[in-house]
Amino acid sequence: MSSILSVKNLTTRFNTFDGTVYAVNGVDFELQPGETLAVVGESGSGKSVSVLSLLGLLPAESAEVKGTAHFQTKDTQTDLLAISKEKLNKIRGKHISIVFQDALRSLNPVLTVGEQISESLMTHMGYNKRQAYTRAVELLENVGISYPEKRFYSYPHQFSGGMRQRAMIAIAIACEPEILVADEPTTALDVTIQTQIVELTRRLQREMGMTVIWITHDLGVVAGIADRVIVMYAGMPIELAKVDDLYENAQHPYTEGLLGAIPELGETGQNRLISIGGAPPDLFEAPKHCQFAWRCPYVFERCWKEIPPNYQVEEGHYTKCFYDMSAQQARDEE
Amino acid sequence: MEENTSNEKATGLIVDEQADRSIAAKLVYVARLLWRDKAGLIGLVMFLLVVFAAAFSPWITPHNPMQQDIQASKQAPAWAEGGSTEYLLGTDSLGRDVLSRIIYGSRVSITVGFLGVMMAFTLGMMIGLISGYKGGRTDNIIMTLVNMVLSLPYLVFVVFVAAILGNSLLNVILIFGLTDIPIFVRVTRGEVLRLREEGFIEAAQSIGQKTPRIIFKHIMPNLLGPLITLATFEMSAMIFYEAGLGFLGLSVPPSIPSWGNMLAMGRQYLTVYPWMSVYPGLAIVFTGFGMNLFGDWLRDAMDPRMRQKKK
Repeated sequence: MSSILSVKNLTTRFNTFDGTVYAVNGVDFELQPGETLAVVGESGSGKSVSVLSLLGLLPAESAEVKGTAHFQTKDTQTDLLAISKEKLNKIRGKHISIVFQDALRSLNPVLTVGEQISESLMTHMGYNKRQAYTRAVELLENVGISYPEKRFYSYPHQFSGGMRQRAMIAIAIACEPEILVADEPTTALDVTIQTQIVELTRRLQREMGMTVIWITHDLGVVAGIADRVIVMYAGMPIELAKVDDLYENAQHPYTEGLLGAIPELGETGQNRLISIGGAPPDLFEAPKHCQFAWRCPYVFERCWKEIPPNYQVEEGHYTKCFYDMSAQQARDEE
Repeated sequence: MEENTSNEKATGLIVDEQADRSIAAKLVYVARLLWRDKAGLIGLVMFLLVVFAAAFSPWITPHNPMQQDIQASKQAPAWAEGGSTEYLLGTDSLGRDVLSRIIYGSRVSITVGFLGVMMAFTLGMMIGLISGYKGGRTDNIIMTLVNMVLSLPYLVFVVFVAAILGNSLLNVILIFGLTDIPIFVRVTRGEVLRLREEGFIEAAQSIGQKTPRIIFKHIMPNLLGPLITLATFEMSAMIFYEAGLGFLGLSVPPSIPSWGNMLAMGRQYLTVYPWMSVYPGLAIVFTGFGMNLFGDWLRDAMDPRMRQKKK
């Protein structure tokens, strides 16, 4: 099975007045059709920026994006990072859609929800107003909004937080895209609504056969939806694994730390939550060695000298670490 | 339907009403919005009264505004001593009916105000959009020019230009229309700079909308509220300034009745025959006040989020 999206050596830098920010430093992944790939990491680890880079949504004057991202549709293959803006516009929204974190900010306050759903349909599918209305009402119904004919004419501020996020999803899936990117869509919502949104996305994914990239910092959500997980740290994917492998057999000290920081039900309260000491590195400096070295409990000399390559620990499980967790010793130098 | 009634109440009547998109329904909707905010209603009525006076001057004036009647000159208003019901607001030094002249004078004010603002609005918005959306060098050049114009003392500048061009209605419109552009540019640009960073612009890009469409469909509707509000305030300001120019004899020629011309003429009789200048003065205040009230209401009404907050 060939991958639907193949990203190689993606780097994103921001040239700002204060200096260069190394936001994404070499991201590689292959996205298999129909799967759910979760991208986890703390704030500033480059998860959103990676995806925004792929879709050309970063400010052109400051962002410098390099690498390749081959997007495979039925008969054509395109490099998202090499094509013109016009061609990218034909892909965005039609083949790859994104649901943003803050639905209120992402909806235009002066246009009705219906208009905003219709927009994508009219642009990409060539629908006229009437067709777009019919389809938009269907979509609203499909994402679980009651009285869709009426809600079509509502403004975003008349929706609740959960409804707004549903409306955003309706916009994103309007043209039945192959890939849906969910950029922390549940962060601003309460837990009940979170679950509903997650369930909704899963159902839509099943029905439409979409591939989903789910960006989040919530490892609980990841466990529930993802097939595979990429753990990002300081702009680098430091571990990539099937979701079960990651939870049972974390191979990077950072992942281990993250998993240790999840509170468990039934704990007596005697064990304090583990936290990872220190803070993420300054992104103003180009990475020269393992970016986790400052905070790593297993750190040794080699970690300060070079950036670790990808080591395969089992099938489909890669980690960027010189320390072999299973063997509890440093890996051999080649 | 039934079990959701509480929800619909919570979101106001708007959900229901906007589902009906016929023009009649929209008018009813606007009328209800106006009814809820009496100040806006009063403002609109005041403004419409002036527009009505301007539109139907020949039919509602008791006298020809140019017609002189030396024997009846300097006559007091009807209710004052020496006044007659023939000249309700009295007559000026040449015996012309003050009321008729005020009614005709509204034509100049409304024409200058409306056309001047239209011109400044369209040009200012276009330039502001370009400046704000393109940014960089274009923005720098435009904003430097704008700041230069805005740093000139406005009235002195207008008087200067008017004195050079000479008085005619077209010149007055052009002067106000052009000198008012920078204000619209600045407001538009500021709004565009803010809107450009909004999430919904990014969202629109993410579904593959092209730049012109983003500008016209997503940014412009967000601009209309602040700009139309600005337009009403600018229009009342323009009516003031036109009167000011008229007072200095630099607006329309004296042969055309205008509020400014009337003020200028009444000035020398101010202490003796105050009605010659007080009533045109009141007409100016009346128009300006009405427009400001209406503009205030409009600002709220243009914003879907504000619409339902007002009780």
